Amino acid sequence: MPMERNRRLRVMVAKPGLDGHDRGARIIARAFRDAGFEVVYSGLHQTPEEIVHAAIQEDVDLIGLSSLAGAHLYLFPAVVASLRGRNAEDIQVIGGGIIPEEDIPKLKKAGIREIFNPGTPLDRIVAWVRQNVNPKE
Amino acid sequence: MPSTSELVEKVVSGDVRSVARVIRDIDDGIPAVREVLKALYPHTGKAYVIGITGAPGVGKSTLVDQMIGHLRQQGKTVGVLAVDPTSPFSGGAILGDRVRMQRHSMDEGVFIRSLATRGHFGGLTQSTRSAIDVLDAMGKEIVIVETVGVGQDEVDVVRSAHTTVICVIPGMGDDIQAIKAGILEVGDIFLINKADREGSDKTLSDLRLMIDMDQQKYESGTWKPPILKAQAVFDQGVTELLEEIEKHAGYLRSVYGDLRFRARKDKVREELAEMVKNRLVETVLRGLTESGEFEEAAEAIVRGDLDPYTASDDLVLPRLSLPDPE
Repeated sequence: MPMERNRRLRVMVAKPGLDGHDRGARIIARAFRDAGFEVVYSGLHQTPEEIVHAAIQEDVDLIGLSSLAGAHLYLFPAVVASLRGRNAEDIQVIGGGIIPEEDIPKLKKAGIREIFNPGTPLDRIVAWVRQNVNPKE
Repeated sequence: MPSTSELVEKVVSGDVRSVARVIRDIDDGIPAVREVLKALYPHTGKAYVIGITGAPGVGKSTLVDQMIGHLRQQGKTVGVLAVDPTSPFSGGAILGDRVRMQRHSMDEGVFIRSLATRGHFGGLTQSTRSAIDVLDAMGKEIVIVETVGVGQDEVDVVRSAHTTVICVIPGMGDDIQAIKAGILEVGDIFLINKADREGSDKTLSDLRLMIDMDQQKYESGTWKPPILKAQAVFDQGVTELLEEIEKHAGYLRSVYGDLRFRARKDKVREELAEMVKNRLVETVLRGLTESGEFEEAAEAIVRGDLDPYTASDDLVLPRLSLPDPE
């Protein structure tokens, strides 16, 4: 019987900044849904503050950010900083999109847990989430 | 972990994280949340609840977005619960209603929460009602519940609304006929969205006909559902919708003298019956699942050693300490 007592993983998939290419974000949203997660899709052109506000209202465990326009070094850390500013650093952040290799260490240092580049198999991203993100107790 | 009383205090003071957390606990069926809901109950009953329902793609989220805009201009605070279906295959869901409402995400006077239908046993209605109570307790003056109006569950959800708006679009043809089965009756206001599309007059006359067929229901001054046309994406017809909702609220006030459901015995009985049923099912089923009896019986039925009628008698009756019905 479907006894609903278990925590279900909630993820927000968000696109900060100005680029309008959300194919990647939509594909990852579907992959997360198919993995049994509840995915809140926030739509395009979000500021880091807007993403964090929405993520807190939705009580998600993880934010997945997608950026293809080169502003990730500003936008991704801004999301992490905004979470910290609201005492919500328990919400983890991962990123994907067009991210040059040399930027990855900088992003990780800024608190982004993992970066997935184009071509990463969806299974691997899902497996990473399962392994590293637990629904809050 | 904050204590129950701390959590309750924070919710009542409008703390967004605590509200979000309590709704999550409701959704995840965490037993401890009952205590929080009990303590929140005295703080509820103030919000006016509006239900918006209709088939996928009729523009409910866009409509809600515009309603939020208008209500905020009137200085009212707004809570939104947007219910989207869970995939029956993976148990996951994509909740995308927020996309249409993102311009309100920085507004402290607005709290938007997406809910998935999940596989809740008798629970969607219950958990949505509880979530309404939480938004009510946090002080939101208007709570809007948006559901895809396809099944009985969704219909039941909008029964907890003061005013239910049924959204349709032109050219749905037989879909309008389908609305008749159970959903028409819960509509207080009908809204034809995307009214610039071909066939909106036909849809209007179809709806009018269906409402008129229930003529005897509307005699002696009872509320007769108005039919409105709108183009939510251009913010047309939204003011008129809110005016009709206002009128409906006035009607409810004139009939019941009080807008609070808890002052109405019919609503209280309905809610209490639902809660008793859920509590009973939940308690018995949990016991049976944890003891393994449920699985044993299922296996026995599969083997052909037992029939489900006998099995359910054997499982349930001893737990209720009732005599055998024979």
